[in-house]
Amino acid sequence: MSDEYNNNKSYQAQSSEVLDGSAGSINPDMDYVRPAEIPEQDLYHAHSFIEKWIFCQDAKVIGVQYFLTAVFTGIVGLILSWLMRLQLGFPELAGFMTAEHYYQFVTMHGMIMVVYFLTALFLGGFGNYLIPLMVGARDMVFPYVNMLSFWMFFVAVAVLMASFFVPGGPTGAGWTLYPPQTILEGTPGSGMGILLMLISLSLFVIGFTMGGLNYMITILQARTRGMTLMRMPLTVWGIFTATVLAMLAFPALLVSAIMMTLDKVLQTSFFMPTILKAGEVLEYGGGSPILFQHLFWFFGHPEVYIVALPAFGIVSDLISVHARKNIFGYRMMVWAIVGIGGLSFFVWAHHMYVSGMNPWFGFFFATTTLIIAVPTAMKVYNWILTLWRGNIRINTVMLWCLGFIVTFVNGGITGIFLGNVSVDVPLSDTYFVIAHFHMVMGIAPLMVIMGAVYHWFPLVAGKMLSETLGKWHFWITFLGAYSIYFPMHYLGFIGVPRRYFEMYDSPYMTSAVGMNEFISIAAFIVGAAQFILVFNIIKTLKTGKKAEQNPWKANSLEWYTSTVPPEHGNFGERLPVVHRWPYDFSVPGAKDDFIPQTTAPSEVANTEVEKT
Amino acid sequence: MHAGIIFLLVIVGSVLFHIFTPWYWTDIASNWGGMDSTITLTFWVGGGVFVAVCLFMVYCVFRYSHKEDRRAEYKPEDKKLEKILTWATTLGVAALLAPGLIIWNQYVNVPKNALEVDVMAWQWGWQYRLPGADGKLGTTQVRNIADNNPFGINPDDPFGKDDIMIESDVINLENNRPVKILLRSVDVLHNWYVPQFRSKMDAVPGTVTFYWFEPNKVGEYEVLCAEYCGVGHYAMRGGVEVQDKADYEVWLSEQETFQQLSARYEKLNVDGNKLAKK
Repeated sequence: MSDEYNNNKSYQAQSSEVLDGSAGSINPDMDYVRPAEIPEQDLYHAHSFIEKWIFCQDAKVIGVQYFLTAVFTGIVGLILSWLMRLQLGFPELAGFMTAEHYYQFVTMHGMIMVVYFLTALFLGGFGNYLIPLMVGARDMVFPYVNMLSFWMFFVAVAVLMASFFVPGGPTGAGWTLYPPQTILEGTPGSGMGILLMLISLSLFVIGFTMGGLNYMITILQARTRGMTLMRMPLTVWGIFTATVLAMLAFPALLVSAIMMTLDKVLQTSFFMPTILKAGEVLEYGGGSPILFQHLFWFFGHPEVYIVALPAFGIVSDLISVHARKNIFGYRMMVWAIVGIGGLSFFVWAHHMYVSGMNPWFGFFFATTTLIIAVPTAMKVYNWILTLWRGNIRINTVMLWCLGFIVTFVNGGITGIFLGNVSVDVPLSDTYFVIAHFHMVMGIAPLMVIMGAVYHWFPLVAGKMLSETLGKWHFWITFLGAYSIYFPMHYLGFIGVPRRYFEMYDSPYMTSAVGMNEFISIAAFIVGAAQFILVFNIIKTLKTGKKAEQNPWKANSLEWYTSTVPPEHGNFGERLPVVHRWPYDFSVPGAKDDFIPQTTAPSEVANTEVEKT
Repeated sequence: MHAGIIFLLVIVGSVLFHIFTPWYWTDIASNWGGMDSTITLTFWVGGGVFVAVCLFMVYCVFRYSHKEDRRAEYKPEDKKLEKILTWATTLGVAALLAPGLIIWNQYVNVPKNALEVDVMAWQWGWQYRLPGADGKLGTTQVRNIADNNPFGINPDDPFGKDDIMIESDVINLENNRPVKILLRSVDVLHNWYVPQFRSKMDAVPGTVTFYWFEPNKVGEYEVLCAEYCGVGHYAMRGGVEVQDKADYEVWLSEQETFQQLSARYEKLNVDGNKLAKK
């Protein structure tokens, strides 16, 4: 193990590091940072191609692996949405598509996008890449488990994709998998398809637990000296809270998947009441379909925030860096993330107002749901107040952030309609719901993902993505997606139910034929526009201009690695020592408009920086 | 600059779309006008917040876009402003929640004089039953369901004998009389939904769910299934005909009771046997 980092540096030496850090005007009291309490982590360096790029233990490579696998599933989900829109807008061109196919596409699109694309991308992708870099660690605390986490996810994706090729095809039960229809004939894929889905979900949860333990423990235990919790970038706060939610919520999904597998395979009746099918009474009896819905949404609602909180965190950092201004109300932002996370476990039944559960629950869940709007609104105010009196660079990254604010506020407001129990009654199960959740947890997080890709690409690849292509990509995506989902709310007002293979002949539905065609065309264009990014990445990797270190002039630690892109171990010989929060932008009296987290107070002695 | 203008156009376009949309809710035909009003209120408050936030954002884009010689303000927190915003938001949210809960309270408390209508759903269709002269529906069991007993009424339940069986997927209702829809399903989840009545509830196998409304406009309406129930979901339709009292009573008198239906099947059976013997 000759190539391990030298860990012989003594306790004393590390604690005195700050003294030899800045030559000249040192002030030991002013620059004091608590000494390290434990020696540095041992890292296992790769010795072969396979160890370096395939079964790799470096969180950054694992992050990229997660990212690419998730993007692959996302492209599958995108193609499925095209097929659905073809059927809805131009049924005469979709003659090859039966109702079975349509429902299978609906189901797979939903499950892929929520779980295998968004969750894996934010936590597995951005989480792995950014957590160790942002908290100043050399790697995740359990690199080997981290590697297993990705490969478990990979197998889960393989099993999921395999369901396209089994007899009967993938499950067409809707992504919510509501029993009894999920495992009964009359629903496509009720044989092998649903089994593979349940197995794949179980594998995903197992793999995700391995990753999640890493993210949590790395953030709690492996922060560098001086990186207090209240100095962490909001990206890390968002990912951390989302991971805690995932650890508590995914078990509910796992048990419901196991129980449903038993109902399917062994004819147990956890979720199955007495059922009459084709004139015969089936062998089930006494189970509760609503129990499944409670379990599913106990997972499913926190799941929304598992996607949203990392997006909140990341977008806060992007806005702050590109507006050259500190994030407004950092502490409020942190408590809002934690508060939203906590509350998200008390709102699940707002998905079930008309499910037939005891209607008295409605009072409780409507109240908790609208309470969650308060911390969420505070976050929105703080984003726009960060822009206020800033010095805003209107570049591609900032455009995605602005697009996020518009779509998120739009989707958040429609959430108040749906959360407010009696208002939900006419709107639930209609296109209004589809428009709402795509706006708020489809498009809005996607805007953040794209912003984050343009922001961190120079770090990951060492090259700058093309701004021109980036702007085209943004405007087509934003305007296109907005024209898909904004008018769709009005289909819901008319009363068009979701999950309809065709609109049939109801007069108020046929009035929307033109709108359906328009939405479909917009969907084709927006989907195709995503390949601008693929082209941009390929072109940049080949011929792009080399990025300088820290091209955006950001403060957080990931931009202060020993090399760009960072090598295994991230920070070279010495771990950075943190003296401040990552938002010291435009501090009066400072030479530059940013002060990195590693800058000791004595180095910027004549600035009017607030203590953080 | 261009960015700010395009965002501004998106906001203006959204407002104009809302004002001039040809797509809006169907004419209401029930007592749930309160739901529509709450939606309108939420539109005003929520839409106002949306426009205000977005306009402020656009203003910032115009006013504070990057200049090399300028510095942003440095002000990590503003306790007072944050406090004002928190309380204003809380008040706004409470103002929206209150009417929502009041109407929900009406929705879950069924009026005493409501007529019970038993709606049974299956893959893929609807069937209806009304209480007979005794005003009570007979108890049922899925295992009893047969051709001569489509609802599975318990044969020894005296309340079941006079239950009125509707042999159609269209149910007639009396105008201005509240109805309590009792929902049952023999197989999977369904949802009996008439957009003009605004109200809905899932039918869940293994249990009986309910909701109520008072139709207040004579006419024919289409029933849709609003909860995904397999490949036939989109085609699972039924109908409602709302009639004045006189017309309704004529219709009602033409319907068959459970006893009559059983007798008819018995006769069919006897005739069938006779035919077979010949």
